[in-house]
This record gives sequence, structure tokens and C-alpha cells, in this order.
Amino acid sequence: MNGLVGANWTLVDWLLGIGTVLGLAFITVFTRGFFFLTQREVPIPEWLRQGLRYAPLAAMAAVVVPEIVMSQGHLIGTWKDARLFAAAAGAAWFWWRRGILGTILVGMAVFLPLRLGLAW
Amino acid sequence: MVGASIGIAAWGLITGVAMGKTGLPLPLMVLMSLVVFAGSAQLAVLPLLTSGAPAWVVWATALCVNMRFMIFSAQWRPYFIGYPLRLRLFLAHFTADLNYVIFMRRFPDPKPAPEQLPYFWGGVACNWTAWQVPSMVGLFLSNAVPVEWGFGFAGTLALMGVGASLLTSRATAVAGGVAACAAVAAFALPFKLNIVAAIAAAVAMGLLIDHSRSRSGNPPALDDKT
Repeated sequence: MNGLVGANWTLVDWLLGIGTVLGLAFITVFTRGFFFLTQREVPIPEWLRQGLRYAPLAAMAAVVVPEIVMSQGHLIGTWKDARLFAAAAGAAWFWWRRGILGTILVGMAVFLPLRLGLAW
Repeated sequence: MVGASIGIAAWGLITGVAMGKTGLPLPLMVLMSLVVFAGSAQLAVLPLLTSGAPAWVVWATALCVNMRFMIFSAQWRPYFIGYPLRLRLFLAHFTADLNYVIFMRRFPDPKPAPEQLPYFWGGVACNWTAWQVPSMVGLFLSNAVPVEWGFGFAGTLALMGVGASLLTSRATAVAGGVAACAAVAAFALPFKLNIVAAIAAAVAMGLLIDHSRSRSGNPPALDDKT
């Protein structure tokens, strides 16, 4: 899949897209069933125990932060960007209240007026 | 269960909107919602899919985000291991976080019992519906909102919240910071390899902190929750 957005998808794009999604479905079953799909008793390996403490957070931070501070492949050069203020407000809420839903609502409550009203 | 379902529903709606706003074909996103059924992983791979990352980078990212389920599955084992493999594959698809919490509260004793399966499927029915219906609503409604409004950003905020909830110690905070900086610094790498580089750097940094701490006498398992 070459990331065509809104354009016409060729047969190859479709096959790659569906294949990627089915692979993700396999990962869901593989991870959720990891220790009860085989009859063999598998002790939790040390690498998993240790990796688990960092890998999920690392993957999320690696995806999320560029979505907030970059556009078109470059660090944004202005502070007038709705995403920065929304992320800061959401983070502040999370630090205060620990709720993910509140983080989203507060973030969007800051994001939408800036984006729609000031076109930041 | 009702309170939790509302949270799941809101989360599903946001994921649906985020999927709809990617501009990827709607049928593919419907398929994703139905067969992947893992919100955080879906949100994490969306930016990768839209920028044309190779499938293995997409899969590696989803695998990292889903690693917590592997630990849950060890807890599920004594309850499920007696069932046939085909049923276990089904069970594996449906064992989301909420089911885990509710089931383990109802059956704290890790022994199989006949009433467990109906209880499990009842929980799945609630959880699955509370997730999939709003997810589909979000997917189809998102086309009614102009892209410039940036509603897809709600998905980014959701993932940020989940990530923040994983910041449990100084070591995890440092690893998260390393991942964020590396992902931005290596952004120009092709094939979205910046994500892979960032995960590798962050895990390496985390393990390094663990090791230096265990050598200086403190057990690595001791998180400095301050």
C-alpha cells in the first residue's frame, strides 16, 4: 500500500491493505492468546517481562509525539498551532485527574476553538 | 458494567472517527474495526497506514502496543486451556481489557468451571457491542465533518492519554522521552523506520536503566513511584 489517501486504489493497493489489516487481526489473536493457545506450559520469558515495561509506551510515544509537533515532515516553526495547546491542556488534565476520557474532552475543547476560530 | 460500557463507547466513537478521517477506504476501515478489535493498536497504526509504511512496521508497532495482552493471557490460561483450540482462538480474539478485569473479579480462583463460559460471553456481548456500534457510527459520521476541523486529532489525544497512564516510574518516563525525541529526530527515515528506531532506542534505554540500577544494589523491579 502506498498510502494513497482519497485516490483511486488499484487491485494491488486493496490486496496490500486487506493483507495488512488481516495481519493486525492475527496479532490481536496472537497476543491475547499467547499463553493459552499452546498446550505446552510456557513460563513468561524474562525478555517479555522487561520489554513489556517499555515497548508499549515507546510505540505510543513514537507515534503520538510527531503527530503533535510536526507537520509535513518538519518540526512546526510556530507556536500558533492548535495541537500544541490541545496536547498541553489534555496532559494537564491527565496529570490532575488521571482520566483518559477527560484528557480527550479537555484537549478537544481547546483544539476546536483554536482550529475553527483562529485557524491555528 | 454500564459505567464501563459508556467509557468503551466513547473510546469506540473516537477510534471510529479517527479511522474515518484517515481518508483510507471506508470498507477497509470497517474490516479493521471488525477483525482487529483493539483500540490502542488501531489508533497507533493509523498514521503509519496513511503515510504508506511497510506492513512489517505497522505490525511491529501493533505488536508492541498489544504486548500487555500477552501477560493477561498467562492469567487466562488455567480457565481456558481445557477447551478445544478452535474455541480458544475465538476466545483469544475477544479477550479485551475490560473482560479481563470483570472476569477475574468474578472468578478469582484460577480453576475452570462450567458457568465461566456463559459469563465470559455475556461480558463479551456487552463489551463488543459497546465498542463496535459507536465505532461504526464514528466511521460513517466522520465523513459528514470537514477534514479541516481536525476531529481525527481526538484519536491522537486518546493515544496520548493511554501512553501517559503507562508513565509509572522515572525509568518509563525517560524511555518515553527517548522514544518521542528519536521518533521526531529520525522522522526523515524512509518507510516510517523512525518508529522502529524510536522503540528500539527507548527499550534499550529502559533496560540500561534497569541494569545500572540492579548493579548499584537496587532491585530493578522497584519502581520509584513518587
